[in-house]
Amino acid sequence: MIAIIDYGVGNLYSLSSSLKFLGLDCRISNKKEDLQRADKIVLPGVGAFGDAMKKLVETGLADTVREQAQRKPLLGICLGMQLLFERSLEYGEHEGLSLIKGVVSPLAADIRAGLKVPHMGWNRLEIVKDDPIFKYFRNGESVYYVHSFYAKDCAESTLGVSEYDIKVTGLVRSGYVYGSQFHPEKSGAAGLRLLRAFAEI
Amino acid sequence: MVSKRIIPCLDVRNGRVVKGVNFEGVKDMADPVEMARWYNETGADELVFYDITASFEGRTIFTDILRAVASEIFIPLTVGGGINSLEDFDRVLKCGADKVSVNSGAIRDPALIGAAARRYGDQCVVLSMDVKRVDGRFRVFAKGGREDTGIDALEWARRGEALGAGEIVLNSIDTDGVRGGFDMEMLRAIGEIVKIPLIASGGAGKMEDFSELFEYDRIDAGLAAGIFHTKKVDIRELKRYLDGCGLNMRMEN
Repeated sequence: MIAIIDYGVGNLYSLSSSLKFLGLDCRISNKKEDLQRADKIVLPGVGAFGDAMKKLVETGLADTVREQAQRKPLLGICLGMQLLFERSLEYGEHEGLSLIKGVVSPLAADIRAGLKVPHMGWNRLEIVKDDPIFKYFRNGESVYYVHSFYAKDCAESTLGVSEYDIKVTGLVRSGYVYGSQFHPEKSGAAGLRLLRAFAEI
Repeated sequence: MVSKRIIPCLDVRNGRVVKGVNFEGVKDMADPVEMARWYNETGADELVFYDITASFEGRTIFTDILRAVASEIFIPLTVGGGINSLEDFDRVLKCGADKVSVNSGAIRDPALIGAAARRYGDQCVVLSMDVKRVDGRFRVFAKGGREDTGIDALEWARRGEALGAGEIVLNSIDTDGVRGGFDMEMLRAIGEIVKIPLIASGGAGKMEDFSELFEYDRIDAGLAAGIFHTKKVDIRELKRYLDGCGLNMRMEN
């Protein structure tokens, strides 16, 4: 069973639908026991880093996520991916889950002026390090992004990047912990194939 | 870089797609779920659904359809039609929509744009504008293009962006349905004054219309209904053609 963590951040309809579409058993849950029982965990999220982290801590799920991430594959998506890092500079400075080394920074500060933020739309994902998650994915296929902040100083964990003036961190991995800045559940067939590969890890 | 988008638009009334529907090789020629499936398979980059029913029953059918589409099609979905409040945003977002398009509702209450942008993020709010030339000026029309609001289109676009709209769909009433090409003059007028993504709508008749459209680099997407529904233009072929023109398109396989 794949547990999708429900901590009151964002809409989980497309995400749970995509896993069901792949024939995977999934459960949207905010219960510790479900995360402990699950084979894999997905940490979704949209909105602001500070608020999301606060909710994860308040619900007691932050500790469970940290502990379970040592034992089973976990996939953070979009803001859920950003939460995996040490800290974020989104409106102040916030501590993250520290499961992956790196910091979440505003895109606008690092890309040339005039380029739109949020970085939104379809962009090619270039594989920089091969990994089982790319089992069904071809280098350069497009994935769907919507974000204004991105993870940096994380070269050692970076599996894939997308070009948006700079190389934007798209997919990362450290041990059992995966994170995708883009939305695999909105990235068409290519996104579904990434989810399928994650489920098989 | 982010690729240019091709977006088919499905107008739904009482559970059926209307406007230029003449599908071949699809079981039900006006079933929105069937059509969404087809467009997904042929490479659409996003789907837009407009609810053009006014009744409560129609609305319920529409959200059921939306849920059915979102449970098997995993590309961005934009929903519009009858969006007048934050509750309306909430209703369609919960059914799997990613973006919500406001038109008459925002003209009546411009604060809706800002309130929705604060709650769901700028990227979620699409300002849809129906624009027509009146006395040599571009004027905003409401209620599906039936009512002249007297509002200047350039002002409204600027204001919509300032209020927090994440993108603009500019539909030219003058070229809509004519199939003689997009309204480049109107698109340029708006494109020069806003920075947010601009989606062109109204007038597409053939593949070359899209290459001409994207020659203006401020355009992020081309939206059409009839020419895709009737299969006059196949999205797969269109994207291959545009890719061949040197444009950055999302190509599958």
